[in-house]
Amino acid sequence: MGEKVLMKGAEAIAEAAIRAGCMAFFGYPITPQNETPEYFSRRMPELGRVFLQAESEVAAINMVYGAACTGTRVITTSSSPGISLMQEGFSYIANSNVGCVVVNAMRGGPGLGDIAPAQADYFQATKGGGHGDYHSIVLAPHTIQETVDLMYDAFDLADKYRIMVVMLVDGLMGQMMEPVEFKEWVDVKKFKTPEWATVGQGDRDHRNIITSLEILPEGLEKMNLALQAKYKKIKENEVRLEEYEMDDAEYALTAFGTVARIAKTVVEMARKDGIKLGLIRPITVWPFPEKEVAKRADQVKFFFDVEMNEGQMLEDVKLAVNGKKPVHYYGRLGGVVPTAEEIYGEFKKLVGGK
Amino acid sequence: MEKKLVIAGFGGQGVMLAGELLAEAAKDEGKFVTFLPSYGPEMRGGTANCDVIVSDKPIASPVIAHPQAAIIMNLPSLDKFEPLMEKDGLLILNKTLIPREVKRTDLRVLQIDAQTVARELGNEKATNMILLGAYAEIEKPVKLESLKNALKHFLTGKKEVLIPLNEKALEKGAEIAREFLGGK
Repeated sequence: MGEKVLMKGAEAIAEAAIRAGCMAFFGYPITPQNETPEYFSRRMPELGRVFLQAESEVAAINMVYGAACTGTRVITTSSSPGISLMQEGFSYIANSNVGCVVVNAMRGGPGLGDIAPAQADYFQATKGGGHGDYHSIVLAPHTIQETVDLMYDAFDLADKYRIMVVMLVDGLMGQMMEPVEFKEWVDVKKFKTPEWATVGQGDRDHRNIITSLEILPEGLEKMNLALQAKYKKIKENEVRLEEYEMDDAEYALTAFGTVARIAKTVVEMARKDGIKLGLIRPITVWPFPEKEVAKRADQVKFFFDVEMNEGQMLEDVKLAVNGKKPVHYYGRLGGVVPTAEEIYGEFKKLVGGK
Repeated sequence: MEKKLVIAGFGGQGVMLAGELLAEAAKDEGKFVTFLPSYGPEMRGGTANCDVIVSDKPIASPVIAHPQAAIIMNLPSLDKFEPLMEKDGLLILNKTLIPREVKRTDLRVLQIDAQTVARELGNEKATNMILLGAYAEIEKPVKLESLKNALKHFLTGKKEVLIPLNEKALEKGAEIAREFLGGK
């Protein structure tokens, strides 16, 4: 670990990706994350790596797809409307079993929406978005430091499982500044081209073919089953979460990303008033920490889910709790960030009498 | 120690620079800090404000709903933030552009004719540093020295010549604050 530097989230994302060994960036600009491509555009050529601003998001994601087929560490970054345009490519990438990292700095929607921070792309990120039965690993950091640290893991996971990894952040995390420390550079000289990569036949006795196409339904079913087997393995091995002040908690907040950070202040406010409130913060929102949330259903009186959307992760919380305890919800829409005071006020209404 | 400051004004008044300078200084002192700008689509004009939190502990929410202190550089910002201030909060006003008095009686108010003072120092653009210097002297989130040292991160190349002026402005603000504190 080096010295702490004060950095904007959007720039720290780019620096972390570069240090993690990202060799190519393809993208198309969109607020509130333009500082990320801007940073890449300066640093990547300096390092002899690829920066390319495509003519559209559709082109960008297909360039990512192409680079991923060569086993190269590749990234694109965008924000909600731009991410919508990429969905077809995501689906192709999924069924081609290639790895890449995609950052979504979510903004208010639907439609062109606004440029304020939001979390309304949770469904899109965790339940597919593109067509077909597929998943991406979705990481939801809540501070810039965590985003930076997870970026290394994002590339490792993408390589390990040959899967797309989404870094689900929001405009607030992109725009705010915080001191961050970067881990050591990943030594890219040690990267080996995987044997499945489509980089020319060379001395191999066969051609490598990567495709998401299979005309025969039985064949395609087999491909699907293989995908599902991979997802099962990921679910068993890669779930991550933080449980904050949960040991003795009588009530549990559930939140991810920026809202989880605000929720920590809510927990502190409640604890000051002698109320035993804790926070369950999924770090992987896919795979969702089902078992861990379910376990807490025996302990707490109710769950209180808070999001900057109309209650999207709420559905996963409810599925995990499976009716054992009430799951309440509070949220703000369209790019409005709830304050800790506001959330605590809503929580106290639920607790009642006290 | 946890200090929550809002800085607000027009785009172009150096609101963001003042906030970033405080954040950089806090980082240099090994403190926890968050800097959160409000951002709109416009490049200049319009209103701009930022939330800066400096703390000895990790900071949870970077959003400030009720500021303990605010540096207010224009009238629309006073209208917006006066009602939101915490009780006994500190308002530091750029009197040059704020023709009205503060309505609330439960706040500490320091009015500085900051643009005039800055002009006398040699450059009206140093208004933000006068106000920041005053804030640092009263609330002490960081040492004045740390703010001065952090200037070199922002004023580089051609702008390096502006460092002495900005140092002077920070000192002048601190001096005005000391008079304010002493006069109480």
